[in-house]
Amino acid sequence: MRKYLTKKILIYILTFFFAVTIDWAIPRFMPGNPINFLISRFAGLPDSVKVLQSYFTQAFGLDKPLWEQYVNFWKALFRGDLGISIYMYPQPVAKVIARALPYSLVVLLPAVLLSFAIGNRFGAFVARKKRLDNFALPVFYTLTASPYFWFGILLAWIFGVVIPLFPLAGAYSFGITPSFSWNFILDFLHHWVLPFGSLFLVMLGGWAIGMRNMIIYELEANYSRYLEALGSSQRLIRRYAYRNAILPQVTGLAIQLGTVVAGALTTEIVFSYPGIGYILMQGILNQDYFLIQGCFLFIILGVLLANFLVDIFYMIIDPRIRKSYSGEV
Amino acid sequence: MTRKEFVHFFLKNKKVIFAICVYAGLIILALVGPYLSPYKDPLAFVGPGYQPPSKEHWLGTNTFGQDIFTQLVYGLRSSLFVGLLGGTLATVIGLLIGFVAGYKGGWFDEILMMFTNILMVIPTLALLIIIAAYLPYRGVFIESIIIGFTAWPWTARAVRAQTLSLKTREFVDLARITARKPMKIIFGEIMPNMMSYVFMVFILQFGGAILAATGLDFIGLGPTRGISLGIMMQQATLWNAIQLGMWWWAITPGAVITLMVATLYVMNAGLDEVFNPKLREM
Repeated sequence: MRKYLTKKILIYILTFFFAVTIDWAIPRFMPGNPINFLISRFAGLPDSVKVLQSYFTQAFGLDKPLWEQYVNFWKALFRGDLGISIYMYPQPVAKVIARALPYSLVVLLPAVLLSFAIGNRFGAFVARKKRLDNFALPVFYTLTASPYFWFGILLAWIFGVVIPLFPLAGAYSFGITPSFSWNFILDFLHHWVLPFGSLFLVMLGGWAIGMRNMIIYELEANYSRYLEALGSSQRLIRRYAYRNAILPQVTGLAIQLGTVVAGALTTEIVFSYPGIGYILMQGILNQDYFLIQGCFLFIILGVLLANFLVDIFYMIIDPRIRKSYSGEV
Repeated sequence: MTRKEFVHFFLKNKKVIFAICVYAGLIILALVGPYLSPYKDPLAFVGPGYQPPSKEHWLGTNTFGQDIFTQLVYGLRSSLFVGLLGGTLATVIGLLIGFVAGYKGGWFDEILMMFTNILMVIPTLALLIIIAAYLPYRGVFIESIIIGFTAWPWTARAVRAQTLSLKTREFVDLARITARKPMKIIFGEIMPNMMSYVFMVFILQFGGAILAATGLDFIGLGPTRGISLGIMMQQATLWNAIQLGMWWWAITPGAVITLMVATLYVMNAGLDEVFNPKLREM
């Protein structure tokens, strides 16, 4: 068990190292020098070009040798210094991201957990029930095949324009300031429903299909046939099948995390929801490279952490991993 | 499975037939669509803005008066192109790394798999964002290449696992005794035994590349010139098409993508039934 964890942690540390290196290297080795490109936008103002040139040279530390730039990048990172945002000048990138993070989490976490729990139950329920299956499967396929943000647009159109039930943009109404009052919480939830719903439904389709296929596979397995021959109830057999089928689904959760996070980013843009995805889009539109770099690092960090939690969870639910690494099997 | 058997189950499978029909339709639309449309340039301003679908503009116009149908067929072209090139590239890279890591084993395997696992954890879109953000000029071709080079890890891992189980079989041992070169064994003995799997991987990568490109286009990192389905939706969102009730602008491009990807999933489910007799009788 210890060995399993150390191996995993090692991979995560290496991944983080690799990601930071990419984040550092790309603006420096990309063809076409992004800094010149950035400055060329201010070509009309010769004075500011000079100032900007020296600012960027210093900010990226381009006057120093490469290895020193690299070391400094790490040092700044550990101090929590991600540079200054150009788009929201003069706020530090770390602060901009810290303000956006809660909004992303409040949509993403419930969507992932609930869709996983409900999607799996639903998929297991549908498997091998011909009528229900024929109806549910096309629905699941459509859900899982749609781009997250498009499904958001679709929900926004149906429940925001055709039947105006929910607001279309923002995390709360313009007239309200965030506080712990009922008024604000209700308003916040009202804005939260559509972004959450679009993420939740698209993911639900994927989990349900995966579970349905796994259950069918498990019901063909020898232990299921044996149980059937012994005359045990369908309910019991399905319960055993479910316990086996959930394992690859948990692995799937770890693999899917990256896609899910990407989906959440684009969904935030549709609803102008002020999370990481929204500010990342602003960073891209305004060519705010520090902000883009910062968002990238935060996304990686989040996905790594989530992967690690999934690994621990997997260890808890699969006794084979626990036992094989501690030498009991 | 003999070829005759395969063709029999292939042509009898409703899911496969459905998918082939849909794709034939889409490809024809992408090929002849631009000639059907009365407007040649998808970016030209050809009429009044805010027009719902009508005789002159089959799918309406956007805020600027560009024709949605013309944009859609050109966008469909670029989506199919990205799927084909990005998907092929990701499949080929994944196959090569998976085969070599699985067949050679040892240190080679450890290092390749370490690299694969690292790339697998890093979200592809995040990686694409950071690469694309620094390329001032991008085309559909570059976009497909970037997607192909970042989408292969899961394929490599799956192919490696399959190779590991195949390489201990007797026919592979026999080939090895006759001093065949490792590459010849991989492509002559191992690969033909997992062709069905390779084909299904390609279909998934094809769909994955289309979705990845759409996401990239949507956040503003798509081709800097020209049009794509993702760019259409980006513009629709930026110009509040939903708030203005212009469903023909905001909803249609995504519906086409969903149709494309869902059809691929259905195709895969159908092929699964063709290749795996256990799944056939429901």
